[in-house]
Amino acid sequence: MEFTSLSKAIKRYVRDGDTVAMEGFTHLIPFAAAHEIIRQGKKDLALVRMTPDIIYDQLIGTGCARKITFSWGGNPGVGSLHRLRDAVENGWPHPIELEEHSHAGMANAYAAGAAGLPCATFRGYLGSDLPKFNPNIRFIPCPFTGETLTVIPSIQPDVTVIHAQRADRQGNVLIEGIVGVQKEAALAAQRTVVTVEEIVEDLNASSPNSIVLPGWTIDAIVEAPGGARPSYAHGYYQRNNAFYQEWDSIATERADFIQWIQANVERGR
Amino acid sequence: MEHTPAEMMVVAAARRLSNDDVCFVGIGLPSAACNLARLSHAPDITLIYESGTIGTQPDVLPLSIGDGELCETALTTVSVPEIFRYWLQGGRISIGFLGAAQIDRFANLNTTVIGNYRSPRVRLPGAGGAPEIATFCKETLIIMRHSLRGMPKKVDFVTSLGFGHDGQERDRLGIATRGPSLVITDLCIMRPSPEDNELQVTSIHPGVIPKQIVERTSWPIRFCAELEETPFPTPKELADLRNLYLRTESVTGRNT
Repeated sequence: MEFTSLSKAIKRYVRDGDTVAMEGFTHLIPFAAAHEIIRQGKKDLALVRMTPDIIYDQLIGTGCARKITFSWGGNPGVGSLHRLRDAVENGWPHPIELEEHSHAGMANAYAAGAAGLPCATFRGYLGSDLPKFNPNIRFIPCPFTGETLTVIPSIQPDVTVIHAQRADRQGNVLIEGIVGVQKEAALAAQRTVVTVEEIVEDLNASSPNSIVLPGWTIDAIVEAPGGARPSYAHGYYQRNNAFYQEWDSIATERADFIQWIQANVERGR
Repeated sequence: MEHTPAEMMVVAAARRLSNDDVCFVGIGLPSAACNLARLSHAPDITLIYESGTIGTQPDVLPLSIGDGELCETALTTVSVPEIFRYWLQGGRISIGFLGAAQIDRFANLNTTVIGNYRSPRVRLPGAGGAPEIATFCKETLIIMRHSLRGMPKKVDFVTSLGFGHDGQERDRLGIATRGPSLVITDLCIMRPSPEDNELQVTSIHPGVIPKQIVERTSWPIRFCAELEETPFPTPKELADLRNLYLRTESVTGRNT
């Protein structure tokens, strides 16, 4: 584990062609890290994320992605992700491959990945058309009962990037609030990069059962206050719902989107 | 008191929920109906959002399934793998509450694509939690606006199973849960027919005539023999709903 800068962490741990999971279920979405990926012009990334959200809309629109593995690709409560749609419907800025799942499928696949298993076994996709278009969704008989069970490959990213509330000087990381799949995504990955609101002497975990990732499970920690904006960090700042609504008009037209990226991402913050 | 068709829809949906329900809530109209029920006649209802918040009691309507208030007011918040594995798949949820872009005559739901999957005319957000909500909650309620485009004879893509393309798919797959029990629109309430699971109108909202429903449904919609009229929203129901929307607008600055 090393404490480092955002640019060094992304340069060292996110490589062109990698399978990259950037998780955070509505909460603690690692936007600062994504913007650094855009600034460094990373290419051919196979991006994994349950809810692509604005963060992957930005990575797709700037041409960083070759593939998206996801389960719900909208702007929550607002509508479409226009850059995702433009890539799928019109191939702009280039066509992307989709691997589409349900939330239950993705969540099980991350948990299986963290457990070191090759696949996740559960009940899912019954009667859905998704298995017809995603050859990674398969069915096997339970060896004990004969019931048909669903299997999908586990998710084991080359690198997982998450944002958390804080780390202590030893690099132990605390995650509180809506904890999503970050623990599973971090433990399933070859490499893990964590951005945090602050680095503190004492984590001040609110319970002995708080979610703490030990420093020895993490490769790089970067102090990035506000690094989850416009999503939120429980205990630090609230979700900027107004920006999520504004994004709809920013991302509708390619020219407006490019201009926004140039003004807000390329020139740093 | 005058009311809009949209208000009638949310009120009619909220009426179906009770204190004993454990409800897996989708965002948008389902969330409005569930919170209206909680803030009026069903204060002890348990609301669960897929972000892992169990027993949440927001004061205003969340924009997303993971707004901070859902976690702050919840009895407990668990991880996303846990909510889907132990709570949904584990059979702990009595009612799943869903919306959709399209529903067909056997209550199959499409939230994936309009047109062909490989080259869609419109790419919709996708499945989210819905395929498993539709099969593992004891029953599901569906709320959506009534329109020709939204009510095709056959959905372009079955994201979440209703009763399949012939009404019998749940039985064939050995799914033990009841499936869609009620579809609430801004015109009427539909239920699967006991004979063949095709949706039929069981209650018409006040001021709506059957012709309007026929014209806004792509399949020849059936009306059940004992057709009812949905009771008007009471002044209290309307006041509770409008206060919830007003509070949401004043706290969030959001247009509801």
